[in-house]
Amino acid sequence: MTQDNSSRTVLVCQGTGCVSSGAVPIYDALEAEIKAAGLDIRMKITGCHGFCQQGPIVIVEPDGIFYSAVKEKDVPEIVESHLKNNTPVERLFYKDPVSGDPVGEYRTIQFYANQERIVLRNCGHINPEVIQDSLDAGIYDGMKKALAEMQPAEVIEAVKRAGLRGRGGAGFPTAVKWGFCAAQKTDQKYMICNADEGDPGAFMDRSILEATPHQVIEGLVIAGYAIGATKGFIYARAEYPLAIKRLEIAIKQAEEMNLLGKNIQGSGFDFELEVFRGAGAFVCGEETALIGSIEGGRGMPRSRPPFPAVQGLWGKPTIINNVKSLSYLGDIITRGPDWFHSIGTEDSPGTAVFALTGKVANCGLIEVPMGTTLRKIIFDIGGGIIGGKKFKAVQTGGPSGGCLPEEFLDTPVDFATLAKAGSIMGSGGMVVVDEETCMVDMARFFLNFTQYESCGKCVPCRMGTRQMQKLLEKICAGEGEPEDITTLEELAVSIKEGSLCGLGQTAPNPVLTTLRYFRHEYEAHVNEKRCPALSCKALLEYEIDQEACKLCGTCKRNCPADAITGNKKKEIPFEIHKDKCIQCGMCYTSCPFDAIVKLSPGIKKEEPEPVAAG
Amino acid sequence: MQERLEKVLGEYGRSPADLIPILQHVQDEFGYLPQETMDGIAAHAGVPKSKVYGVATFYTMFRFEPLGRNHVCVCRGTACHVRGADQILEHVQRHLGIEEGETTEDGEFSLETVACIGCCALAPVMTVNQEVHGRLKPKTATRTLKKYATADKEEGQ
Repeated sequence: MTQDNSSRTVLVCQGTGCVSSGAVPIYDALEAEIKAAGLDIRMKITGCHGFCQQGPIVIVEPDGIFYSAVKEKDVPEIVESHLKNNTPVERLFYKDPVSGDPVGEYRTIQFYANQERIVLRNCGHINPEVIQDSLDAGIYDGMKKALAEMQPAEVIEAVKRAGLRGRGGAGFPTAVKWGFCAAQKTDQKYMICNADEGDPGAFMDRSILEATPHQVIEGLVIAGYAIGATKGFIYARAEYPLAIKRLEIAIKQAEEMNLLGKNIQGSGFDFELEVFRGAGAFVCGEETALIGSIEGGRGMPRSRPPFPAVQGLWGKPTIINNVKSLSYLGDIITRGPDWFHSIGTEDSPGTAVFALTGKVANCGLIEVPMGTTLRKIIFDIGGGIIGGKKFKAVQTGGPSGGCLPEEFLDTPVDFATLAKAGSIMGSGGMVVVDEETCMVDMARFFLNFTQYESCGKCVPCRMGTRQMQKLLEKICAGEGEPEDITTLEELAVSIKEGSLCGLGQTAPNPVLTTLRYFRHEYEAHVNEKRCPALSCKALLEYEIDQEACKLCGTCKRNCPADAITGNKKKEIPFEIHKDKCIQCGMCYTSCPFDAIVKLSPGIKKEEPEPVAAG
Repeated sequence: MQERLEKVLGEYGRSPADLIPILQHVQDEFGYLPQETMDGIAAHAGVPKSKVYGVATFYTMFRFEPLGRNHVCVCRGTACHVRGADQILEHVQRHLGIEEGETTEDGEFSLETVACIGCCALAPVMTVNQEVHGRLKPKTATRTLKKYATADKEEGQ
C-alpha cells in the first residue's frame, strides 16, 4: 500500500472516552513528530467513534488503518513506519476478541463491519468544531432543501411517509406529534431537543452531540420549520461538559453562516437556538418535567392532557424530540422518505442506536437496522462475553426497561418485540450481563436509582418504589421471606397504575422482568439464603484454595479487615477468618493466582432458619 | 461576596425563568451556594426565597457546602455497577476515610457518586475534577487519588 502523503489525513479521536485515555497529548505528539519529519500530512481531531474502549483511537485515511490504545511512546513508530515508509504498525492494530487476529482496516473490524450507520455516519470522521467539515459531509443540505423547496406540511408528510418513530424511548410517531403542534394557531411555538440523557448505562446522545453537533442543529431547524416554531432549546445534561461546549461552538458558527438566526438562507424563516444546561434530575427527561425545568422551577411532571404539543413551554405549543430522532431528519429530506422506510422493519423503520456495554468484549456505540437480532448485536458486533463466561441476560431501556434472558437472543429488536417481551426499546442503553451478575441485585440497583430520582409528586411512585427497594435489599441481605416476592408483585402493579409520568409507570419493570425470567434466583435468595451468581455480599464466603495458593501474601496485604493470616517464611498456610471477613472482595480481585474461591453455601435444608420471636 | 454576587446577577434578566442558570453561575463562582447569596438571588429573580431553596434542593448538582480541593465522583451507572463500581466506591471510601457526600478533614477530597457519566465503555469509571479515569481497579483508583494529593502538595510548596 503506497500512499501519497499529501492526500493523507491522520484523525485523532477527542471524544470524552479517548480524552480520558490520553488522546490530547497524542494529538500534540503526532503533530510535532509529523512536523519534525517534514511530512505534508493533514491532522484532524474528531468526535467519538463509538469504540471508546479501544481508545485512544488514531485513524489514518485514506488507508483506513485503525490504531487502538495508542500511547505517546507509539507516536514516533507510527510516523516513521507508517507515514514515512508505508508500513502500518501491526502491533497497534485492534485484536479480534474471537479469533485473536490483529485487524488493521477500520472497515473490516467486526464491530464496525456489522453496523449500518446513518445517525452515526459522521461520528469520528469530521471535526465537530469546524463547520466546513460538517458542510462537506452534507449536513445542512436537508435543511436548505426543506426551507427552499418544501412547505412545512410537506416536511411533516415526508417524515410521516418515512415512518420515523421517536427515539427517546416510547417510539411515538414523530409526524403525528408534529401534526398536533402544527395545527395550533398561536403567536409563538417552541422546538426543544431533549438531550437530558439520564439513563445509567447510555451514552448515545452524548457521543452524537460531541461528534456531530451540527447534525442535531440541522434537525432542530427542520423540525422548527415543520411545526412553525421560531425558538428552540437544547436541554443538555450538566454531566456532559464537552457536549455542551461543542454545541455552543456549533451554534455560534451556524449563526455566523446564517444557518440559524433571522431569515435563514433567504427563506424568510427565523430560528433562534440556545442550550439549556440541566442541573441533574433524571425525571427531567420526561417532557413536562423538562418544560418545568426550563421555566425555572422544580422539574416535576404535570398531568396530561393538555399535551405539550398544545400547551407546553410557557403555555405555548411545544415539541420535544430526542437527539437521535432529530439527527435523522436531514437525511430523510435529502435521501427521501422511501429510502428511510426501506431500512428496518415495517413497524419500526430506520436504524436503532445502542450503547452496548457491560460484560461484552466490544463495548461501544452501535447502529443497526431495526429488526436486527440481539444475538447479532451481542455476539457478532459485541464479540461475545468477556473471558468466555456464559451470557445471562441483556438489559434494555435503562431503569424503565427489563432484563431479557437467552431465549430472546434470536428476537429481532424493534419497538413492538421488546415491549412484548416485557422490556422497552428505551433510548438505547443495552447492558449485557454474564453469569456473575445477580438478577435480584440488578433489580435492586434500578429500584435504588428510580427511588432516588422519583420527584415525589405521586405517592405510589414516591412511597411504592421505597417499599420495593427495601424488600429487594432485604432479599439481597438474605433476610427475605416467601411473601416478599408476592408483595413485590402487588406493589409493582399499584405503582404502574398510580403514577402520573413514565418514571413511575415503568419503574417496576426491572423487577417484573427479573421475576418473570429469573424467579429461581429470587427463590434461591429467599428459601436457601444463597446467591447463585455469587454476587450478594451478605450471602458470600471467601476461602483460599490451598492447592492453587503460592503463599505470596498479596491477599493478606490487600485485606482491609485483617481477616487473613498466614506466613510464607514460616510456611503457615494462608487462611481467611470468617468472623473478621467483610466480604469486600479485595483478596479475590488481587490474587494473581486465582486461588481465592467465592462460595454461597446457603442454609442446609434440614436446618431451617430459626424464627425470630415476636 | 456581595460584590461578586452582584456581578453574576448583572448578567441575567430579572425573570423567574433565569433561576436555574443563575444558581449554576453562582455555584460556578463560589464552588457552592453560600446561604448569604439566597436573598440576593431571590430578589433578583423576583421569586420567594422558598422557591430558590425548592429549586436548589431539587437538583442534584447544587450544594450548600464548599467542596474539597479535589472533587471525586464515582460513577454508579449500570455498566459500572456490573463491572464492580461498588468495590471501587468502598475502597475509595476506606482510602479517604469518608463516606459518599463527605469531605476529608484536611479539605483535600470530596467524595460523591454520580448516576452515570456516559463513559460506560470504560467502566468502571470515576472523575476527579471532571477528568475521567476509566477501567479502574480498586488499586488504580486509590493510586489516581494519591497523584492528585501529591500534585496539590507540590503546588503548595
